[in-house]
Amino acid sequence: MRHLVTLFCGALFGLGLVVSGMTDTLKVQGFLDLFGAWDPTLIFVMGGAIIPMFIAWRIAAIREKSVLGGLIPLAPKTELDRSLVIGAVLFGAGWGLSGFCPGPALASSTFGGTGGLTFLAAMLAGMIIAPPIIRVFKAAP
Amino acid sequence: MDYMSWAYGLIGGLMIGTAAAIFLLFNGKIMGASGIVGGLVDRSGASTWAERVLFIAGLVGAPALLGLVYKLPATNVTDKIGLLVVAGLLVGVGTRLGSGCTSGHGVCGISRLSIRSIISTLIYIGAGVAVVAAARATGVLL
Repeated sequence: MRHLVTLFCGALFGLGLVVSGMTDTLKVQGFLDLFGAWDPTLIFVMGGAIIPMFIAWRIAAIREKSVLGGLIPLAPKTELDRSLVIGAVLFGAGWGLSGFCPGPALASSTFGGTGGLTFLAAMLAGMIIAPPIIRVFKAAP
Repeated sequence: MDYMSWAYGLIGGLMIGTAAAIFLLFNGKIMGASGIVGGLVDRSGASTWAERVLFIAGLVGAPALLGLVYKLPATNVTDKIGLLVVAGLLVGVGTRLGSGCTSGHGVCGISRLSIRSIISTLIYIGAGVAVVAAARATGVLL
């Protein structure tokens, strides 16, 4: 049952990304083009996505366990650190250059042509080489 | 004003948020794309590999199936291979170093009113805005 729910959530997420226009890199770059022809669509996407999740967190707050048994994950303890800030800067730069973030890059992998697959391959490579980089950031004072 | 595009954005957004809500309330998991994929490729999430693979199968498979009966909107991705490689590496390393992306921090974190996620989202949007402005000014992006 858990596995069925997981598959369903992945599918609904993928369809939502396509319907919302998030797999269109020009639309995403249009949102980031604040000083050009700004396209506010992404605000509606994020707003729409936050509404059900806000309600879900309220429900989660009054239960300890999820319906199928797993514990509701606790909020991470650490507050702001260098990894969070520098990671977000790097991610935002790549997101702006390509118009792709991880979800849409995967959702469009079957219809985004070689350009989309090139980005996806580089992103996965980046994720594979990330752990030693993260260790350096955590270790340095 | 492109009202239809905003409406599709809102509907798609509600679908994304509903998926995240079900994943949290039924499975007790955070629906963050970079975390789910990253934990699979760097093997840090090996103990939950089946869940990760199934989620990605739905994420990739559902749009592919929809594409059989409906013409999906173009991704309009650039054909500059070098740019895509650099961008992909930045997104891959950045999301893992920063513990999340648009779905994890932007949707799941902000809705929990997590300070970390709100700050992260402001920073990656700010970096994206700066890079798009710089890329437009220098002709890297048209």
